[in-house]
Formats: sequence, structure tokens, C-alpha cells
Amino acid sequence: MDLTLMVWRQKSADAPGKLDQYAAKGISREMSFLEMLDVVNEGIVKAGGDPIAFDHDCREGICGTCSQVINGVPHGIEERTTVCQLHMRHFKDGDTIYIEPWHGKAFPVVRDLIVDRSALDRLIQSGGYVSVHTGGVPDANAILIPKGDADTAMDAAECIGCGACVAACPNGSAMLFVAAKVTQLASLPQGRVEASERVRGMIDKMSDEGFGNCSNHYECQAACPKGVKVSFIAKLNREYMKSWF
Amino acid sequence: MPETVSRGIGSSTVGRKILMAVTGQMMILFAVIHVVGNSTIYFSGLNSYAEHLHELVPLVWATRFVMLPALLLHVFFGVQLALENNSAKESGYSVNTNLRSTFASRNMIWSGTLIAAFLVYHLMHFTFQVISPEAAASANADALGRPDVAGMVIYALRSYVVSLVYIFSLTGLFLHLAHGAQSSFQSLGLSNEGAEPAISKGGYSVALVIFIAYVLIPVLVVLGIVKG
Repeated sequence: MDLTLMVWRQKSADAPGKLDQYAAKGISREMSFLEMLDVVNEGIVKAGGDPIAFDHDCREGICGTCSQVINGVPHGIEERTTVCQLHMRHFKDGDTIYIEPWHGKAFPVVRDLIVDRSALDRLIQSGGYVSVHTGGVPDANAILIPKGDADTAMDAAECIGCGACVAACPNGSAMLFVAAKVTQLASLPQGRVEASERVRGMIDKMSDEGFGNCSNHYECQAACPKGVKVSFIAKLNREYMKSWF
Repeated sequence: MPETVSRGIGSSTVGRKILMAVTGQMMILFAVIHVVGNSTIYFSGLNSYAEHLHELVPLVWATRFVMLPALLLHVFFGVQLALENNSAKESGYSVNTNLRSTFASRNMIWSGTLIAAFLVYHLMHFTFQVISPEAAASANADALGRPDVAGMVIYALRSYVVSLVYIFSLTGLFLHLAHGAQSSFQSLGLSNEGAEPAISKGGYSVALVIFIAYVLIPVLVVLGIVKG
């Protein structure tokens, strides 16, 4: 099939960016979205141009590196799908596709479709971990964890840190990302020890990094490729209140 | 984990979200009590209600002392959060696709502004009674010698323009509560995956019931059905 791409091109963080038009010809339905871009880039390089820069790594939907807003939706309109797992069969011959980078003050553009997401790493550094002593490996069943708590922690741990929640949020908030990490660790006895410092540290860091405030639009849950739920944000709010007592 | 001094509630992003929810719920409660009182107009009881309410001077002033700070906090943080959110996401995408957000949720600052402007008008009109002084309840007594509140309200709402102002402003209130009522439960952590659909529908229903209860007054007065 033949498609028209409108792709955001921007040389650097400070340079002005704009949408450029590209023709993607002879694309097969079986290709992934990134393979389609690879084909387009080959054409651009052969013609002597600069290829479209985009982030990608595992290409199997688990690393959280790919980050493109396709027709206004982070990772495209298919539910629970990363860009690399989005296939061209979801598009029609003759479609025009708009491809843009994640938007948000905390995510400055590096080049074209690549944004700097290290603000998420700094959020993790502000409390998204547990402090444990090194040494002998503890016995596997020394700390018993109820099945329900383990399930909640695992559901929250599904977050791959891609930042689609921030990109989708009209306020550029990272609440779902923070909520997932806080819920994952606060649901387990190992994480409860530092629960108060963690929730306050991460919440304050979120504002310091330039993320916006959550106003419960729930766009994040709809855009999340891993189906992380906004109920974790309610849990985050409870954890914040608990941290004062 | 390093010990750090954390922000207070009034500067924390989640702290302010909780304050918005608490003050918002206080005002929803006020709106419900206010409309129950107003509904006495259907049974020609508004003057009696107003007279009895104003005999409870300490209660009236206690309510004002609680509601005014709540309102001011809600407005202050609402504007502050909206400005921060605008700067955190300066531009949208070329294709505007909304997955879960609603017209109501994206326009809270504007529906809030409409409500604030209406509140000033409404207080000038029926509390300070400076907009149509010729019909002011404080200057006109009813047959029993009480301030004629019903007469003042009906005199005002018989005008199509005034009624339209009220109906338009109440639409703003409906939009604000359609998002705000359910959103406040999420902000207070009173939600989970199972309860979320019920809270969303419940919040919308509360907004709808409050809207209908209020909007019937100008509608029925302007149609000449409620005559006082």
C-alpha cells in the first residue's frame, strides 16, 4: 500500500521544528510501523537526505524505547500496543499518517521523533527503589506475601517507562508512571519500609522536573501500552495521605 | 533512601489535588443544601424559609466563614494548577484525538471562571440586592410583613435575559461538576478499579440532578408556571 507521512523534523532541542511530507510506497500489511519507517529512511538516505531519527530497541513491545505519537495518540490508536508492535494492517492504502514526538516540558526534543526522557530516570532515583543490604540471598519464602498484593504489585510493575502517559496527558503529568512505581513497591513488605519517603520524594521530584499536575482526565490509562490503570493513582493519593501520619 | 524535606500540602502536586477535592466536595454539599432550600419556592414557602434561615444567625455566619475560605482556596489552586499545566504541555498534536478526557474535564478552568463570574452577579443580585433595588427583598415586605424574597426572585427571573444568564451559568456548573464530582473521589483515593465505573456514573448523576434541580427554577418562572 501507499501512504503519505507527515513527520515532525527538528534538528535539535533549540531549532524550530516542522512537519515534512514523505511518501511511503509499496508498504506491506505485515510490516511493523518501525519497519515501514526503516523503508522510508532507506529512500531518504538514497536520495541524499537526513533519515528520520526515532528511538527503538527491542522491537517486541517490552523495552519502552519506541515513542511516537501517531495521529495524535501515543503509540497509535491500537490499544495496549507499542509503536514497534503496531502493524501496517491497521492502516489503509492512501492514508495520511501524522507522526510526532512525545510532547511535554519535561521531555525536550533531542532530534526529530526522539525526546529526552531522562526525567523519568531521575524520578526513579528520587525514591522508586527499595534499599536492601547486600549479602546472602534470603530464603525465597521467608517473607510471605498475600496473592492479592503480589498480583497488584505485578500489575503495577507492568509499566515499561515509555512515557506515553505523559505524552497523552493534556497536562503533561507523570502521575501514572509515579503511581505504578509507588503501588508496585508499597504493595510489598520490602517496599513498605520506605513508603512515606518514596511517595513524597517522587511526587515532589515530578513537579521539579516540569511535569504537570494530574486532573483525572484518564488519557494516560487509555494510551498506556501495558494497560496500567488509573486506580493506581487513587492508591498513590492514599499513600501520600498516609505519609503524613 | 535519603531524608529530604518534602513540600507542604499547599505546594505539593498531590496535596493541592486533595485540597481541590475537599473544597470542591464542600461546595457540592453547599449546592445541594442551597437547592433544597430554594425548592420551597414551588410551595410558596421561600419567604418563610428565608425568614427562618436568617433567624439562625450563627449558623448562617458559620457557613459563610467556612465556605468563603474553601471557595478562595479552590479558586486560587485551580488557577495556579491550570497555569502550571498549560506550561507543562504547551502545544497539542497536529491531530487532536481524545481517548478518555471529556469536554468537561478539559475545560474546568473555563467552567470554573463562568461559575465565579456568575457567583459575583448572583450575590449582587439576591444577597446584596444592588442589581434591581426596586424589587429588593429588604425593601419590599410580603403580606405577612416578611422580606419578599420570592417576589424578588420571580421579578428577576421573569426577564428572558436574566433567566438565560442563570440557565447558561448553571450549564457551566453542570459541566464543572460532571468532571469534578467523580474526580474528587479519585483525588481523595476513594476509588479502585472495581468502583471506578460506578464513581464516574455516580458523579455525573450528581451533577445532572443538581443541574435539573436548579435550572427548573428559572425555566418554570420564565414560563409563568411558578408565580410565587
